[in-house]
Amino acid sequence: MTRLIALAPAALRAEAEAQAAGFPGLLAQASRLAATLSPGAHGRRRAGPGDQFWQYRPAVAGDARQRIDWRRSAGADSHFVRQMEWQNRKAVHFWIDSSASMAYRSSDKLPAKGVRTRVLGLAIAILLARAGESFGLMQDPEPPRSGRGQVTRMAMRLAAAGERDDYGVPPGKDMTTGSRAVFISDFLGDWNRLPAALGQSAAQRVQGCLIQVLDPAEEAFPFDGRTIFESMTGAVRFETRRAGTLRDDYLKRLAARKDALRQFARKTGWIFMTHHTDRPTRPALMWAYNALSKVSL
Amino acid sequence: MITLGPIGFLAPWLLAGLSILPLLWWLLRAIPPAPLRRRFPAVLLLLGLEDKETSPDRTPWWLLLLRMLAVSTAIIAFARPVLNPTDRIPRHGPLLIAMDSSWASAQSWATRQAKLAEVLQYASQDGRPVAVVRLTDKPTADAPLAFADAETATARVDGLQPNAWSPDYAPWVAAVAQAEPFETLWISDGLARAGRAEFYKALSEKGAVSVSETGTVVLVLKSVTINDGMLAFSAARSSDSGERRFKLFVEGTDPTGIARVLARADGAFEEGATEAEIHLELQSELRNRVTRVAIDGIRSAGAVQLADDAIRHRSVALLGGVREQEGAALVSPLHFLRKALAPTADLFEANLADTLQSSPDVIVMADVAGPGEAETQEIVTWVEQGGHLVRFAGPRLVSSGIGQREEHPLLPVRLRPGGRSVGGAMSWGAPKMIEPFGPGSPFFGLKIPADVAVISQVVAQPDPDLAARVLASLADGTPLVTAKDLGNGRVTLFHVTANADWSTLPLSGLFVQMLERLVILSPAGGPDAAEIADTTWVPEKTLDGFGVLRPAAGFAGVDGARLAARDFGADMPPGIYADENRRVAVNAVDADTRIAPVSWPGGTAFVAMTPAEQPLQSWLLRAVLILLAADVIATLWIGGHLRSRGVVAGLALAFALAPMNAQAQAEKDILRAANNTVLAYVLTGDPALDEISDTGLTGLSAELYRRTSIEPITPVGVDAETDELSLYPFLYWPISDTQSPPGAKAVARINAFLRGGGMILFDTRDSNISGGSGAGTPNGRVLQSITRQLDIPPLEPVPHDHVLTRAFYLLQDFPGRYANAPVWVEAAPPNAERIEGMPFRNLNDGVTPVVIGGNDWASAWAIDESGRPIYPVGRGSAGERRREFAFRFGVNLIMHVMTGNYKSDQVHVPALLDRLGQ
Repeated sequence: MTRLIALAPAALRAEAEAQAAGFPGLLAQASRLAATLSPGAHGRRRAGPGDQFWQYRPAVAGDARQRIDWRRSAGADSHFVRQMEWQNRKAVHFWIDSSASMAYRSSDKLPAKGVRTRVLGLAIAILLARAGESFGLMQDPEPPRSGRGQVTRMAMRLAAAGERDDYGVPPGKDMTTGSRAVFISDFLGDWNRLPAALGQSAAQRVQGCLIQVLDPAEEAFPFDGRTIFESMTGAVRFETRRAGTLRDDYLKRLAARKDALRQFARKTGWIFMTHHTDRPTRPALMWAYNALSKVSL
Repeated sequence: MITLGPIGFLAPWLLAGLSILPLLWWLLRAIPPAPLRRRFPAVLLLLGLEDKETSPDRTPWWLLLLRMLAVSTAIIAFARPVLNPTDRIPRHGPLLIAMDSSWASAQSWATRQAKLAEVLQYASQDGRPVAVVRLTDKPTADAPLAFADAETATARVDGLQPNAWSPDYAPWVAAVAQAEPFETLWISDGLARAGRAEFYKALSEKGAVSVSETGTVVLVLKSVTINDGMLAFSAARSSDSGERRFKLFVEGTDPTGIARVLARADGAFEEGATEAEIHLELQSELRNRVTRVAIDGIRSAGAVQLADDAIRHRSVALLGGVREQEGAALVSPLHFLRKALAPTADLFEANLADTLQSSPDVIVMADVAGPGEAETQEIVTWVEQGGHLVRFAGPRLVSSGIGQREEHPLLPVRLRPGGRSVGGAMSWGAPKMIEPFGPGSPFFGLKIPADVAVISQVVAQPDPDLAARVLASLADGTPLVTAKDLGNGRVTLFHVTANADWSTLPLSGLFVQMLERLVILSPAGGPDAAEIADTTWVPEKTLDGFGVLRPAAGFAGVDGARLAARDFGADMPPGIYADENRRVAVNAVDADTRIAPVSWPGGTAFVAMTPAEQPLQSWLLRAVLILLAADVIATLWIGGHLRSRGVVAGLALAFALAPMNAQAQAEKDILRAANNTVLAYVLTGDPALDEISDTGLTGLSAELYRRTSIEPITPVGVDAETDELSLYPFLYWPISDTQSPPGAKAVARINAFLRGGGMILFDTRDSNISGGSGAGTPNGRVLQSITRQLDIPPLEPVPHDHVLTRAFYLLQDFPGRYANAPVWVEAAPPNAERIEGMPFRNLNDGVTPVVIGGNDWASAWAIDESGRPIYPVGRGSAGERRREFAFRFGVNLIMHVMTGNYKSDQVHVPALLDRLGQ
């Protein structure tokens, strides 16, 4: 059952736009502004290269004639030069899990985890685009870019995405030091493979957030009776005679997994949260807004 | 066979199969349900977990129960259970079957006949001699209980009819006492009655008595009266349990004399009540036409009340000579008349012109001097048309001097001038008493109170015909009341005043009785015993046990006293009786009748009336199927397969599909009927009969297609209660005795159909036994009950020049499966004339709305799928020829429906040719 819920790019984007509407521009605070950082759209409070108006200053000798703002100058006896605010950008890397396990949903009334994941990721991307940050998918070989065009590109990539593997692992990618990262997945795969992949990002001094998206059935384990559980591709099987008796053990293991993720996040300065598909998306987006603002403190 | 209560098993050893149920329980319990496959991404977290319990998962207890139930039901079903097994022990010795056969048993007569037939069949198998007696009959003198072999009695079963009166047990007690011992089966009507206990005792002295009752609640209509201008009906029932609703219909004649339902009323017995009163407001015009009131759907003489003059209010006009003085009521000439007439007649007072315009039944003139010439002529005309003029004498009449020289048309006799006074202060002699009424007088039998005396009167001239005109006279022989016939009407004169001036007659009860006898008043209540003693009454119409009114023939007159005592018998059944000038309805049930269920003595053996075994196997097997289907659904549900929307939708669709299809079909039918010519037949509810109609019209449609330009498609059956009729030009309506009259909605629909130019062919299918009149057969009666409410014009047998005889073929008779019975169509207008030189009269314009016959045409027309006739008609080539003529009739009929009087229009050909100058 590797059926992935494929969304048309336009529909996916429209849904993400709807989720992103109403938010103030996401301006992740950059505490350390290293020159090595690729600049985010953050005002540097001083004149420099940028799009935003900063101030008029009287022209001095040496200013090129074409830099004089004639409109301002016409109102006074001296000449003025228009200065812009110096801006820089920050890069945000997304890993949005599109493996087979994300296609799961326990009920027709709920969206598949993969759909929720993509919408959430794209909503964050739109907020970033609005703030002028650059961003990109980690599976994309190209470096992050900014602007709404990048949102569209990302939406198209996500709509077409779909992997044959049961569980996804963040791909390794060279990220410039100090970038941000957003990893959205169910994190139900083999635990042995996860810390390595996450650790690689941490080693590059990238900070960000881990968002675990789970179906309510995965949280509650509402099964009973003789059952064969299969992974989405059918590669992994487990048979039980009375599923109900396993519930407590399962819940313990799930809690342990979450705990491990949380521990890992704390050690690396990341932030971890769990989101359920039967909950509204907006609080998760709000959380991500806050998270991306905080990680850099 | 073993029996458990009312259920017996024909193959009881199969019930041993029930002993394996515990084993089955254990097995079903032990087998775990098939594992369920589930996709679950978090399966990695489960790997390595151990099952804590080793015992397999159990099938849920309710599913187990469902399966056990299915299996045990199946086992019981195959043991062939039957309800009410007839556990008959063969007996010998004579058997008396005594039937109450009263009007109360008519309600469930068919059940009784079936029971009787069953009992007779067993008796005939056992070779018992049997006597079947109707207790409503009088025992014959020589051999009251004629025991004979059961076959003889069986032949009589179908002909046995209930009587319209109650049984009289007294003579039967005596008759039974003389007989040899026998066993008795008493088929009772369930009503308590005097003498029943004695008869039961007499029977049980002779042998075992068993009683069979239906348990049907007996409904009777006790009386119809007029109460404050409303018709009041009083109904009663034999049991007071539960609420029971019923409908009444009031039947009467319309102005053309055809019986119709005039009104309907709803009634209800409250819980715990045995009596119900229904009031119905009906215009007096309609009320005066009421002939019969019956409870709908109950075929019993007890549920019928025949109406007579008691509920008929005559309209009486009062004319006084002078304007009345205010406050002088007691001396007003009209006061006593008003008091006497007001309770039972519709009174009105107006001037003469208005009075005549409203054409009352009776005009009473109190001391009116002769009206003018023109007015006299108008009154004479009114009297000659059947009016009744009653005049009272008085001072003004005397002083006007009319009718003294020669006989006045509005006075029965010539009067002497002056009148006379007796017993006054200034005259000799005592006040005169009234001579007892002679046998020829309409007042014969009335008792004359001692205090009625006459002190003044007008005196008649002793003309030659005076004696014949005297209705009552004084003790000295002078006439008191005289009358003469005038045309169809009558003029009556009281030789005294209508107030107490001249006599004390208006103060006495005799005054009211005399007015009543003069048919001015309606008699209140039934005939008074004393009053009608020594009169002779002849039945005009009689009521049979089922409440059907039939013309009476061959009855001798009945003494009034017996009539008043309501001592019914074969020579005096309930019905309408008449003497010379009165008609009374004597009903099977009257207001004093009390009905109550009979209480049998303890230890009475009862035999179930509704017979017979009912095999239950098929029902149980159906239940098993339903249970198994439920099991399938439940198993699917447990397995989680029901979650998917497809399965649910599929199940829902399976349940919803059938009615949806029917709906779609109806829509399609309407479209088809509107776009094509379709012959239709009325669905009777009898599948065999509907099949005949269907194949018959199919055959006729095929012949029409072959021979004419009418090209009908497949015929359809319609239900007048629900279907639209306006789509069909022609309805074939076969009659069977199981049909019930159409409801109000259907009647409206059929009437609209007839008015819109549709035609109905009623076929009683029984002209082989009815000879074509159709009135006496069961089907004929059903036809009457159906057509009573329909808008059907006067009918006549098809005249030789009716357009039906030449619409396509030239025909003179219209055979179907039977032949030689007349066929009835709308009567020709009375002024239809034959034009000189033409062979035909110019008859009806338009199509006859109904054709009524009994020749069973559909059977003659019927063809099967390969086009061969299904039912035999006649014999050999003559029969085939008759079938051909049946088809020709059908073709003519449909041609007539389609083209109307087109063929009649040929009468104009000479005129047209003449105009063209040819």
